[in-house]
Amino acid sequence: MSTVRIPPVLRANVGGAKQVDVEGSTVGEVIEGLVGSYPALRGQLLTDDGQLNRFVNVYLNDQDVRYLEERATPVDEGDTIIILPAMAGGGR
Amino acid sequence: MSKSFGDLLREARAEVREISPGEADLLREQGATFVDVREAVEWDQGYIPGAHHVAKSYFEQGIEADVPDRGAQLVLYCAGGIRSLLAAQTLQGMGYTNVINMTGGFSAWKSQGLPWTAPVVLSTEQKTRYSRHLLIPEVGSKGQAKLLDSRVLVIGAGGLGSPAALYLAAAGVGTIGIVDFDVVDLSNLQRQVIHASDRVGQKKTASARATINALNPDVEVVAHEEMLTADNVERLIEGYDVILDGTDTFETRYILNDASVAAGIPVVHASVFRFEGQLSVFDPPAGPCYRCLYPTPPPPELAPGCSVAGVLGVVPGIMGLLQTNEVIKLLLGIGESLAGRLVIFDALDATFTELRLKRDPACPVCSDAAMAARAAGTPLAVPSPSDGGAFALRVGP
Repeated sequence: MSTVRIPPVLRANVGGAKQVDVEGSTVGEVIEGLVGSYPALRGQLLTDDGQLNRFVNVYLNDQDVRYLEERATPVDEGDTIIILPAMAGGGR
Repeated sequence: MSKSFGDLLREARAEVREISPGEADLLREQGATFVDVREAVEWDQGYIPGAHHVAKSYFEQGIEADVPDRGAQLVLYCAGGIRSLLAAQTLQGMGYTNVINMTGGFSAWKSQGLPWTAPVVLSTEQKTRYSRHLLIPEVGSKGQAKLLDSRVLVIGAGGLGSPAALYLAAAGVGTIGIVDFDVVDLSNLQRQVIHASDRVGQKKTASARATINALNPDVEVVAHEEMLTADNVERLIEGYDVILDGTDTFETRYILNDASVAAGIPVVHASVFRFEGQLSVFDPPAGPCYRCLYPTPPPPELAPGCSVAGVLGVVPGIMGLLQTNEVIKLLLGIGESLAGRLVIFDALDATFTELRLKRDPACPVCSDAAMAARAAGTPLAVPSPSDGGAFALRVGP
């Protein structure tokens, strides 16, 4: 079981939770498990063919999975997965 | 038995190795650390380039902060060679193992035509105004002079730019450019602390200038009353040392990123949403650029601005000041910049989370290939933030 940190802009899709626990032994499995439980997230995180959207970064602990093994990156018990979308606001 | 001054000098000379200014200059070329032990008024008249200034009157307290390495090759000097001889003896007593005194001092150094520089001398008023900076060895009068000589461009006098511009001005950053085409609105005042109730309806650049002028007359405000676009970005950013990004739209962020990478100007970035902020420094090749981190912008519904989603007023205040901290570090050349790291601040949990960022080897803007292509006059195409297509980067090498 790993913990997925949900960014504020997506929390409405998971009932307001800041983080959710998801099963999975790779980053891809965890993301699939996440969008399986919260289908509203699928369109936000994944492209139509199931790839991660380029405007969303996914970190395993503090490392960008793009520079690890992407979706095949192994996830250990207790790891934290951070979803980081770009933010617009400059406080206007 | 009491000792005379002559006795003290003889003892010191027996213990401390001494060299001539000419020999000292050779050591300087080999990287020896010079320590000037004269008083501030003497230092202000000129000193040996690169020397540390630790006045004899504060020597024992000050030297460890300035020169922590007890094995470093040190050359001490004063005006004539006496005070530095006694200081060198003291250093040996403190465990410094490679201490040399320069005979004849700064007077002999100058009379032999060896290189020296005159520092920017702060006025009496400036010495008082910046006294808390001057007390910090990492800033000091040299750092303060550097700040006074620095140029920082703040994009947007909004939630991030307001506190940032205020503190940059207070710190004595000599030139602050502000890019904003908007006017002050009553709804801005919950967080945009550089503006004021009686300036609602005024141009934000004029309002920011009024506040900064009242705070610190040392600062020149350059008002750029226009929207940053691909057509004017090169002109707007030219000549600035660091850019503080307080923009609101992805289009502006990509335009700014591409042009600042091409111009080699670091961008200190932050963005906010409700209770949360993101912060990083984009300064390739030390770390990635904005486009490495976010190659394409999100759809609007995934990234609403503050006017749509709202923001806790202190969040842009905190993030804007963290940006200012990074700007000042970059200007002074101190500390570890956030280049290659991103910090997420969560106001509700009061937590900072740090992520590692990497340069994208295929980045069309900051990769080695992109830099080489730009230098050759054939910049790589980058995706347009507005239409998803590709447009040629319009900024030169």
